Amino acid sequence: MLIKKGAEANLYLEDWHNRKVILKRRLSKEYRITEIDKTIRSQRTIHEPQIIHKAKEAGVPTPTIYVIDIPDATIIMEFIEGKQIKQILGNLSPEERRNLCRHIGNLIAHLHTHGIIHGDLTTSNMILTPNGKVVFVDFGLSEHSTELETRGVDLHLMKRAFQSSHFKYAKECFDAVMEGYSNFVGKDATEDILEKIREIERRGRYVSER
Amino acid sequence: MGCSDSTYCLGIESTADDFSVGIISLKGRVLANIISAYINPDGGIHPREASRHHTEVAGKVLSKALQKAKIKPEEISVVAFSQGPGLGPCLRTGATAARALASYLNVPLVGVNHCVAHIEIGKLVAEAEDPVTLYVSGGNTIVSAFDGGKYRVFGETLDIAVGNCLDVFAREAGLRQKEGIPFGAMVENLAGCSHKFISLPYSVKGMDLSFSGLLTASVQLLKERKHPVEDLCFSLQEVAFSMLAEVTERALAHTEKPEVLLTGGVAANKRLQLMIKSVAQEHNARFCVVPKEYALDNGAMIAWTGILAYQHNLTIPIEKSFVKLKWRLDDMYVPWVES
Repeated sequence: MLIKKGAEANLYLEDWHNRKVILKRRLSKEYRITEIDKTIRSQRTIHEPQIIHKAKEAGVPTPTIYVIDIPDATIIMEFIEGKQIKQILGNLSPEERRNLCRHIGNLIAHLHTHGIIHGDLTTSNMILTPNGKVVFVDFGLSEHSTELETRGVDLHLMKRAFQSSHFKYAKECFDAVMEGYSNFVGKDATEDILEKIREIERRGRYVSER
Repeated sequence: MGCSDSTYCLGIESTADDFSVGIISLKGRVLANIISAYINPDGGIHPREASRHHTEVAGKVLSKALQKAKIKPEEISVVAFSQGPGLGPCLRTGATAARALASYLNVPLVGVNHCVAHIEIGKLVAEAEDPVTLYVSGGNTIVSAFDGGKYRVFGETLDIAVGNCLDVFAREAGLRQKEGIPFGAMVENLAGCSHKFISLPYSVKGMDLSFSGLLTASVQLLKERKHPVEDLCFSLQEVAFSMLAEVTERALAHTEKPEVLLTGGVAANKRLQLMIKSVAQEHNARFCVVPKEYALDNGAMIAWTGILAYQHNLTIPIEKSFVKLKWRLDDMYVPWVES
């Protein structure tokens, strides 16, 4: 069953050996020549599970990968039971919301410290499971980097996601994220990154929602 | 302003290598669009030399435009000029001409963002209403769409523009620029003679693009002399344009706009047109390409955007009409566009 048609890949919810799984297929694009098409689709099909695995090493919950089919540019991975953070954030008490966002910030700090940039930090790409774990999904735009700039862009994206989808409590959410981030990386590093985010905002480059 | 459509705006464009004067009516009738290009046979633009060219031709282009439009200078109601982004000396030449003209005629002056102008004239002549725009030229590579009062930048180059990448490659390949045949067209022609793909770096970062690595790699292969230049042109085009198509598709999927508008100097490339058309079709969007006369830098686009801005009282006093070399597309307020 098709659940999401993106620009790059389609997501299907399937039954696979009595498990609910997500099948992510990178479709062939008619506009590009076969050589480029094949390379891009296979490279990304290899890259995404690698980063997902690296995130686990960093202590950040991500879906289990079952199958990587390179010729078909398809990844079969665990379907995460739970709710998108986007759906629940508004129903929480301020205290619960703050704790959840602090936890998210802490997880982002783990990713960054291990050289992972998620690339698409939005509240739809994080799932709260029934046992209280937050699982990060969709590493399709992720990359390896330890630069302050890319970390700043990553967190700025998170801030933008709060502002567009949860504008009523965007500030308290983002502040809590940064509090959680700071608990892991320390005050000085957090101050540097906040300054970087301000610089990115002044540049006005990432003004559109992305 | 009435049914007679006799309110005219004169627009001056001079951001880079072209000096152009356009005259347009309130309803969007183009009366004149005269372009004079500064051509450096070795390629590239020397800002001082380009601005010297602009100074030399300014008077001639201006009177030619008035002749073509068959109007007297006194019939002009507003003067617009491209205020940025662009090369300082070139921008200042156009701005000086515009200020002189506005003060002589005693009419309001409007400063126009060059990138906004490309989108507005594209919408007018290619009949698009609310498109995702891919604007590709020697100086700019931007994917944008209107949202919340401004043209938002969804993706852009992090280093050089795609047109610049093709131009520099052509120059390194020893091609010489001739009047009427830009470097881009030469690369396109050579690419048409090949179907052999040589792997080159493909660099899309989220919504943004990078062309500098692609250029370096292509030039290196060129210097190794192991591959025919045709194969390199073909491969360079395929990689660069696939990157553009991917980012355009992402913006289209995200915004769900009904149209894609392709504009800028590189929009003349048939292969790029085909690719962007394919992306548009995939998302059930209408594909609109801006005709060359209005896709290249031109005065008509400045005049048209000037008239839109003028109707919303976005005029500027002469003493505040400084050029803005790095004026971003998403920094110009566009109240005439409906949300």
